[in-house]
This record gives sequence, C-alpha cells and structure tokens, in this order.
Amino acid sequence: MMDRVLFGDNQFFGINHMSEEKARAQAIRFKDTQAVIEVLDIAYAEGIRTFMCTTHDRIAEICDHVRANPRHYQGFQFYPCMPYAHKYANAMTDHGMLGAVKRFLPEQGLFDAMLRGGASLAKKEVDGIATLLIDAEMKMFAGLSTPVIFFQNVLTDFLLGLGFKAAFRVFADHVKERYGAEPGFITMNMPKLLDALDEVGVENPIICANINKIGFRMCGGLAAYEQALKERRFRPIAMSVLASGAIPPREAIEYVCNLPNIESIVFGASGRGNIRQTKLLIDELTAIHSMTHTAKASK
Amino acid sequence: MIKVAVVGLGKMGLSHLSIIKAHPDVSLVAVCDTAKYVLDLLEKYTGVAVYSDYDTLLQQEALDAVIIATPSSSHGPMVRAALQRNINVFCEKPFCLDVDEGKELAQLAQSKGLVNQVGYHYRFDAAFQETKRLLDAGAIGEVTHILAEAYGPVILQPKGATWRTRRSEGGGCLYDYAAHPLNLINWYFGRPESVGGTVLNQIFSQETDDEVYGTLYFPGGKSAQISVNWSDESYRRMTTKLNIWGTGGRIYVDRQECQVYIRDNVAVPAGYEPGWNVRYTTELTPEVWFYVRGEEYSSQLDYFIRCIKEGRKENVNSFASALETDQVMAMMITDSEQGRHVGEYTPVVRSEPSIMRWLHRLFGKRIMDFHKKIKK
Repeated sequence: MMDRVLFGDNQFFGINHMSEEKARAQAIRFKDTQAVIEVLDIAYAEGIRTFMCTTHDRIAEICDHVRANPRHYQGFQFYPCMPYAHKYANAMTDHGMLGAVKRFLPEQGLFDAMLRGGASLAKKEVDGIATLLIDAEMKMFAGLSTPVIFFQNVLTDFLLGLGFKAAFRVFADHVKERYGAEPGFITMNMPKLLDALDEVGVENPIICANINKIGFRMCGGLAAYEQALKERRFRPIAMSVLASGAIPPREAIEYVCNLPNIESIVFGASGRGNIRQTKLLIDELTAIHSMTHTAKASK
Repeated sequence: MIKVAVVGLGKMGLSHLSIIKAHPDVSLVAVCDTAKYVLDLLEKYTGVAVYSDYDTLLQQEALDAVIIATPSSSHGPMVRAALQRNINVFCEKPFCLDVDEGKELAQLAQSKGLVNQVGYHYRFDAAFQETKRLLDAGAIGEVTHILAEAYGPVILQPKGATWRTRRSEGGGCLYDYAAHPLNLINWYFGRPESVGGTVLNQIFSQETDDEVYGTLYFPGGKSAQISVNWSDESYRRMTTKLNIWGTGGRIYVDRQECQVYIRDNVAVPAGYEPGWNVRYTTELTPEVWFYVRGEEYSSQLDYFIRCIKEGRKENVNSFASALETDQVMAMMITDSEQGRHVGEYTPVVRSEPSIMRWLHRLFGKRIMDFHKKIKK
C-alpha cells in the first residue's frame, strides 16, 4: 500500500505550470540544497513519509543527506522518477539519439555494462541499454528505500505515441527484479496508457496522472478518466490536483477524494502553511469519503 | 485515414512522429532518415516501414502528407519534391534559408491547393492566441511597440560541429531561437518595412550566432525590438516572452500566462476589466487528444491533419506567412553584415590635438576625462 499523501519536487526545480515568475522565484529560493531539506523536514514533521522526485542531479545531495541521518528520517522513502528528461533532450540535439544514449551509459568498463550495453547495441535490442540507463539513474538512491520507481511522463508519453510499448515491459521487469520495487508510470494520457500496458502484460500498474476537476492535461477527457477509475484495474496516483492553483484547494481535493479507487495524491508546496493545510485537507476529506463509502456499502 | 510519413528523426522529428502516430485520423505509413540505427530500432519495435532515401520513399509510398524535420538547408528541395507529387507538407521552421526559393515554394503550394504549414508552434499556444485575440479587438488601443525576447540554455560552451553549429545549414540562435519571437511579431504586427541595429554575435559558437538583437521598423513609426540569447543557463528551457505597449494599455505574454493592463480609455473586452488582468494557460488551453510535451505541439499537427481532411483553406502558419519571418531574418543578416553604426558624438574632441582624438577612439571617454584633469 502506498501512503495516501506523497510529496512532489517540482517546486524545488523552478517548475511551475502557471507562472515563469513564480518558477524563477522558487529556483532562487531553493538554490541551496539546505533550503530543500528544510522544506522536506517540514513535510516530514507533518507526517509525510514519501518523496516522489526526479532523478535530477541535485536529488543526489538530498539522498546523501538522508543516508547520513537515518535516525532523523525513519520510515522516509523515495519514489524516483526517471529519467530527468531535459538532460537527454539536450544531449540528443547535440549528439543524436544513439550519441545521447552512449553519453549516459556508465563511463568505465564495468564488465556487466560492457556485456549488456555492447551486445544490446549490436543486436539493436533495447533491453540491455535500457536497464543500464535505469541502473545509472538509480545509483544516487543506493541504500535508501525506493519501493516504487517511476517512468517520467515525457518518456512514457513519447514511447506511447511511437507505439514502443515493449519498453514499458522492460522497465517494469527490471525494476521488479533488480530493485524489488513496483513499477510506476507517469502520464498525461492515462486511458491510452492503460491499454498499452494491458497489451504488454504489465498488470495492475501504478499510474500517476493529472486528475483534477477542470480536466487540465487529462488527455482523452475527464469522462474517460472517471470511467477508467471506476472500471479498470490499476493503482492511480492523482497529481496536479489543484491544476497549478487554478482550483481552490478544498474544492480540488474534495473532487479527487470523491473519485473511486484513488490510492494516493501527490502535491508539491514550499511553505509550512500550505503543506500543513493540504495534508490536513486530504486526510480530512479522505476520512469523510471513506465513512460515506463504508456507510453506503453497509446499507 | 490520412497517410503520413515523417522525414528526419532528430529531436523535432521524433517528437512529431510520436504525436502524429497517435492521431486517430492518421495512418503513419513510413519514416525516413539517414541514421540506420534509429531506423532499425523503430522498425523492430514499432513495425513502421523505414526509408533511408527520401526519393525512394516518395516513389514507393502513396502519401497524403509529409512532415519534414530535416536540417533546415534541405527543406527547399524536399518540400519541392513533395509538392510536385501533390503531397501536403508540414515543414519544420525556419522554412527556407533561401528567400527566393521560399517564395517559389509558397506559390507552388498555393497554386496546387495543397495544405502547407510550418512548425511555428507558438501560434498554437493558448496564451499567445489570447494575445492575438486581444490585439485584434483593440484591447490595448493602438499598439506602438513590441519587445520580443527569447532565452534558453542551448549552447553553453564551445562544441563540436553539427549542422546546428553552422549558419549556412540553418543552425544558430537566429534561425533556431529568434525565428519564434520574430514570427510572433509578424503575426501581431505584420512585416516590417526595414530593420536596423542588428547584432548577431558569437559567444561560444565558431560558425554561427549565439545572441541576436535588433530593431524592426513598421509603417507609421511603430517599432519592435528583439533580444534573444540561447547561451543563457539561467533559463531551465527555452522561454519566449513579449511585452506589447499600446495607447490603451500593455500586454505581457509567455507560454504560461497573459498579463494584461487595460486603461479606461479603451473598450474593455468581455471577461476583462480595467487595470490588471491575468489569464493562465490552465484556463486558456483547450484539451488535446494526446499530449507529449506541450499542447501546442499536438494542436499544430491536429490542425494540419484537419485542414487536409476537411479541405480547410485558412492555413495558419502557411509557407507564405513563414516566408515573412525568413525575409526578416535575411534582412537582419544583411543589416548586421553592413554594420553601419553612428560613431560617438564628440564635439569637444574636435578642438583636441589629433593624438587625443585617436586615443579617445581607442580608450573611450575615460582618456578624455584623464586629459581634462591633467590640463586643470
């Protein structure tokens, strides 16, 4: 079971879907990793135990900090989301697709890397290369708890569009076998992704998608999402619940808590007040929903 | 179903491929690139037909449309070959490095009645569209000046050569970055009569520009200025923003929001009020059928397909409109090469001995100040 409330990391890296100005202000505020740690500590104090984060270089510093202070972060876990797409996109502009992949493979000749990478490049099979890249991204989390590992949305949706579905299976299998973790997929196209995962036999997948009252970045439409939540077997995490602030918090969270089967809600915030308010709201509305649900079921 | 092929599988080509393949009205017939490894992978894992030669692709497949995302210097001949076979064309920007060739191709597409579109995706971004709507409605009165900026972290150190590092092949900050804000200026203001003060500077690149500045002059004394730098690491990714001043207010717009200040001397459009108004992308953006990296990328391809399917003729981002931007860029290159600048206004210097004038030219004002001090 995943925690009901997960803490996201967009706010730490200058990502804000509404305003460049706010994004820059956040990037300035979180220039030092210590500032990020302070916010994580606030979230921890509010009872949040899961940090869902991109494999951004700076997350490595957070990992070091948590590793160095195990007693302070008991029960704290990471949900890594990979890859950090920008570094690959920039590398691709400069070096082409193959060149970009080569750049991020482990530099020195681990026998395993050579074997998997070399054979895979020669046979044109993605398995070897993909698993090597996953391992490279996972290095920073060594020794930390990572029970769910996510495929980032840009790559998920890019491969989904291409019809490169085999990659989802390779990812899911490797994450399970090598890390004993559950595979997760972030997407803006949830109904379509569910079909693709069904096809390649990834069962009961964890899917993190925008789920909000105004249908912001919910491709396939709000109705298709609601239907999928009702009828299909998967473990949904709702993100962008507030649609970057376009919906008032109570109204936004109420909507999501009233939807069936949502396992977790991920949100990002940087102030103590916001973190506390959002966590309390989710807890309160979840409790109300489960009471109504139980009452209905017992009738 | 519209039968489509994607030609050129770099960053933009792959992005277009992913989006177009997911389109419900499209049958993706084939892809074409010279990189055999990429072709082999796509063939193996997605089952698409692959071609390493463009002419063979055109000969062997019956296509309704091609998406051309090859290096810019090859756009001209490839677009021509497709048009001659009556194939509708979506071409990446910039359209044609050779303006005369661009003119011919725009006329050819027009005369054949084919859908012709260039990938200036900002015209499909909701915030920039809202700005167009506001300007057309006269929301900020008569526009007098536009400041258009774009910054981002593309070239941050000297690098090995690819087509993107050579202007002759369509690489550089002007063609890659500045083309976007210039295209928006064309959309909002039309084509300038002239350009001046163009700076095309190298920062890290050897064979092309990394920063672009300049002024565009429009009829009636209106002007626009452009400031673009793709060697700016302080931006996480490309950011394009415009400030537009009018007699009745000001608009600030980027891809995420549209901030509008409206004075009480103009008719306020419905939904707006005098003073500051802010519209965010979250409320402005219509839903797309499939999302990879921004609604505008999906919308522009959806529009292209719909124009073909429904025989629509309005043609947003037509070759002819993209040609305006090519023309402005060509004018800016000419302007920067001519390099006519007005020298410093130095009446005092005239009474100074010629050696001082020479020193002044070399060291600027400080040497004159120093000279004055000594005289005292």
